[in-house]
Amino acid sequence: MNKTIGKPINRVDGRLKVTGEAKYSGEIPLENIAYGVIITSTIARGRIKHINTSVAEKSPGVIGIITHLDAPKLYARPNFGHEGAAGEKLAPLQNSTIYYSGQAIGVAIADTLERATYAASLVKVDYVVETPLTEMGKERDRAYPIEKFVEFTVEFALGDADAEFAKAEVKIEATYTTPTEHHNPMEPHATAAVWEGENLTVYDSTQYIFGMREGLAKMLGIPHANVRVLCKFIGGSFGCKYGLWAHTPLAAIAARQFRRPVKIVLTREQMFGLVGHRSETEQQIKLGATPEGRLTALIHQGISQTSIFDEFVETFTTTSRTMYAVPNLRTAQSVVPLNKGTPTIMRAPGESVGTFALESAMDELAWALKLDPIELRLRNYAEVHPARQVPWSSKSLKECYALAAEKFGWSRRTPEPGSMRDDRYLIGMGMASACFPMEHFPASAIARIFADGSVVVQSGSQEIGTGTATVMAQLTADMLGVPVEKVRFEFGDTELARSPGTVGSGTAASVGTAVHGAAKAVRAKVVALAQKDPNSPLYGVPEPDIETSQERIFVKNNSAKGETYQAVLARHNLEYIDANFDAKPEEEEEFAKCSFGAHFVEVRVDPELGEVRLTRVVGAFAAGRILNEKTARSQISGATIMGIGMALHEETITDPHTGRIVNDNLAEYHLPVNADIPPIDIYFIDEVDTHVNPIGVKGAGEVGITGIIAAIANAIYHATGKRIRDLPITPDKLL
Amino acid sequence: MKPFSYVRATNQNTAIQGVADRQSAKFIAGGTNLIDLMKVEVAQPDRLVDITQLPLSEIEINSDGLRIGALARNSDLAYNPEVRSHYPLLSQAILAGASPQLRNMATVGGNLMQRTRCYYFMDIAAPCNKRDPGAGCAAIEGYNRIHAIFGASDKCIATHPSDMCVGLAALDAKVRVAGSNGDRIIPIADFHRLPGDIPERDTVLEQDELIVAIDLPNSPFAKNYHYLKVRDRASYAFALVSVAAALEIENGTIKAARIALGGVAHKPWRAFVAEDILVGAKPTEETFAAAATATIREAKPYRHNQFKVEMAKRAIVRALINATEKS
Ligand SMILES: Cc1cc2nc3c(=O)[nH]c(=O)nc-3n(C[C@H](O)[C@H](O)[C@H](O)COP(=O)(O)OP(=O)(O)OC[C@H]3O[C@@H](n4cnc5c(N)ncnc54)[C@H](O)[C@@H]3O)c2cc1C
Ligand code: SF4
Repeated sequence: MNKTIGKPINRVDGRLKVTGEAKYSGEIPLENIAYGVIITSTIARGRIKHINTSVAEKSPGVIGIITHLDAPKLYARPNFGHEGAAGEKLAPLQNSTIYYSGQAIGVAIADTLERATYAASLVKVDYVVETPLTEMGKERDRAYPIEKFVEFTVEFALGDADAEFAKAEVKIEATYTTPTEHHNPMEPHATAAVWEGENLTVYDSTQYIFGMREGLAKMLGIPHANVRVLCKFIGGSFGCKYGLWAHTPLAAIAARQFRRPVKIVLTREQMFGLVGHRSETEQQIKLGATPEGRLTALIHQGISQTSIFDEFVETFTTTSRTMYAVPNLRTAQSVVPLNKGTPTIMRAPGESVGTFALESAMDELAWALKLDPIELRLRNYAEVHPARQVPWSSKSLKECYALAAEKFGWSRRTPEPGSMRDDRYLIGMGMASACFPMEHFPASAIARIFADGSVVVQSGSQEIGTGTATVMAQLTADMLGVPVEKVRFEFGDTELARSPGTVGSGTAASVGTAVHGAAKAVRAKVVALAQKDPNSPLYGVPEPDIETSQERIFVKNNSAKGETYQAVLARHNLEYIDANFDAKPEEEEEFAKCSFGAHFVEVRVDPELGEVRLTRVVGAFAAGRILNEKTARSQISGATIMGIGMALHEETITDPHTGRIVNDNLAEYHLPVNADIPPIDIYFIDEVDTHVNPIGVKGAGEVGITGIIAAIANAIYHATGKRIRDLPITPDKLL
Repeated sequence: MKPFSYVRATNQNTAIQGVADRQSAKFIAGGTNLIDLMKVEVAQPDRLVDITQLPLSEIEINSDGLRIGALARNSDLAYNPEVRSHYPLLSQAILAGASPQLRNMATVGGNLMQRTRCYYFMDIAAPCNKRDPGAGCAAIEGYNRIHAIFGASDKCIATHPSDMCVGLAALDAKVRVAGSNGDRIIPIADFHRLPGDIPERDTVLEQDELIVAIDLPNSPFAKNYHYLKVRDRASYAFALVSVAAALEIENGTIKAARIALGGVAHKPWRAFVAEDILVGAKPTEETFAAAATATIREAKPYRHNQFKVEMAKRAIVRALINATEKS
């Protein structure tokens, strides 16, 4: 039988999704459900003087309203990344203090969504208003430096970058700014809480069921064994569903108080405030180089926003410590606390906006040196990890440059800005490198073969739309030699084997390794049974001589000599046979592990009106073994599209006086639409990486959003001669 | 959303009576604007009178021009063969707006009556004179990138967001209205108001009046026309600036000209000064530039929308060039 790994096979859940059969967290039918609607603050700083719920409580269908005046005690959690799935550590409704606009200040519960919504609107709040801190630039004096964020280095120095920069013959020094952005997955956050005695079950749209369980238990002050979290389908998330935000504990306390299941689904407006965002950044880059184009110094520093009560760092300097061979390197970041919510991880947190700065600066340097941008990158190609000085587990970036350049037709580009025209439009071609570190987290899985020959493989995990369920079925099917259709991947339940959050593009590698291990272990168990069984054709055959295919185990090169799994199980009177596997990443990292790629972009700019249209994007990526060509491709092209949005459209705007987000809807917060997206051609470079993990996977979920923004900005520069260092690149900036 | 009662009107009179006795009663047509405003509590009607069953969706050509029923869907109007051949500018303007799904729902009457997209108007926590007369205007000192550069007042600097209405303004449409006190015809140029001291009133329509049709006079602009919309993404975004340009060119000279701008004022902004410069002149880029420069002389931008002045100027020139190239 043909192996399925690498093939572009269809998603196992595709049909369920397109037919509406797939039940998302807000759609699970639950008896006697009540609806909760969160009440949010309209000021960004101050406190609640009075909150009057009397009219709301009398409104039809209302079951109750909870505010800080009567909320049960909830416990705050540690900062992001330290335990559980922290979103913000603030426990909701514990006092009258307001830290940001849109903060949860109450929840109205009623028998229908409409009545709960109306009741929420009837709650009257008087505030003591203080002047909020809303502008990062203005509050830069409050910035404080960060050494490390979670396990990520932020402050770093190699050699003497400042002295070498001062001495450099060729210098680039520029500041790049990126705005606040919101994730805006199609499915809003949804949660439904059901208590049975002391036990809580939560159906929650979360990227991290186990983190949610632990965080929620901690917040409620109950043992986490009493909490079960389920999440079967997610309609997109991009990071904002990793953390635990106010709505989940609020549903839990409301359900406990009113003794019936409570569901809360956020409104689109609430998606802009209650559940995190990508912080704005202001990044300064200094590049020093020789006239031949060898980097002598790289300095990357700047500021991002955090909230008043949490510390979150948009780690935008990461790629600058990874990308180029530069002997003198310094990175530093500070955060500015503002009266805004806590930022959170958003697809390639740090790397996406960081590569905008770094790869734009490299383009500026290429132009200053009159060097082709690819050539400049090749002259500074990092043969080892520049900051850690360890070898790469695998790196095919050169191949990416070459393949994408050829497919794109880079040789047709004339270097001079403004030199390529089509009638009244200016044509520009730009490129940039892409890079994202490989993440590997501990994960466990169980694989089980049933008497009827069907196979179930389980791991907690989540399917956020990336294709996890499909590739896990493939890994199992190939290991056992059964068709993918015979395998069911069960996930999204804290009763199953422990698994990590779906973050850091690490699920394929982490859960994949566990699944692969479990499948291998159960296969070995079946083989062992057969080997020891005189009634088996495989009696005494050593393991290395055994192969699996067509749902059978048999002797290599002699497929007639063997039997089916069913036969083995039947003879031993087994309903099923199973094995589990705990996969742990290596402690000692002898290798640096990254996915790499290259983006090439062509734009068409209307020089008078400032409108930019992309005409094509070509990318080549090397991400270790590609498990499924189709789902991997859609990860990269989805990330590319998200990057197009960041380059040209997306920006959350906060009123500087009130701290309220003014464009908290999808009419005014511009995501790219179909008409903005050109043909996107993605190529994969075959990579066999034996160092990363047993399945050779490096991860493809985020690398596609790195570099793309700079590639677009570089193409716009090539078209117009205008270097835009402030995102998004809207028409007004090009007039 | 506040609870409301709902009635479906079966004829024009009951429809008008249904809203006449209450300030807080409203017609609902496609609902694409009103429902959104109700969800964010900007509109809080206690009665909705659904007018979609009224026989007002015909689009008919007659000897004076074209009559468009107020309930004609935006898509039906844009793709109507008579409209495409005689008033292609209108078709182009409509198709530049919203999305196919919205245009399938949206009606002509609703499009005329759609409210501003001013961020602060849409946020009941912000002071807004249009929503709450006398409360103040958060946009003047706030974030005003999408706001007006023409005809604003110190009470309100909002814009009218419609594309269709810009096309109608260029084509000298007339709005036919029926009310408790009888029928009247309002020229499109007078239909939408400037904010002045009463920004809460977008139009001159009274509470007890129903839009029944739009009349378009016969038009000489089926040949040289262009609707240009500059926006933040390729589709499905409101105009930063839009221009409806129409020329009648005879023997190399401009015999008649219409220029209307969208996204720049509280109403579709007819650039009469530009039209005066164009008429009688040769359709050259210099003429167009002179017309554009004269138009923006009156502009008064705010902190975040300064770019609109230059953008409007360039858009006028481009729209005129495109209109000329069409022939
Ligand atoms: C996301 C989004 C994007 C959009 N983008 C654009 C765009 O780019 N360009 C653009 O032009 N428009 C755009 N629109 C607006 C759209 O064109 C309007 O919402 C639509 O035209 C309103 O028509 P309707 O029939 O749905 O009105 P409704 O929502 O039913 O009514 C709107 C108002 O008109 C009143 N009304 C309706 N009919 C009559 C009548 N016959 N007489 C008197 N009063 C009446 C109602 O009482 C109500 O106050 C967009 C809308 C959305 C939601
Ligand atoms: S511009 Fe007009 S609509 Fe906007 S806040 Fe001011 S008064 Fe309200």
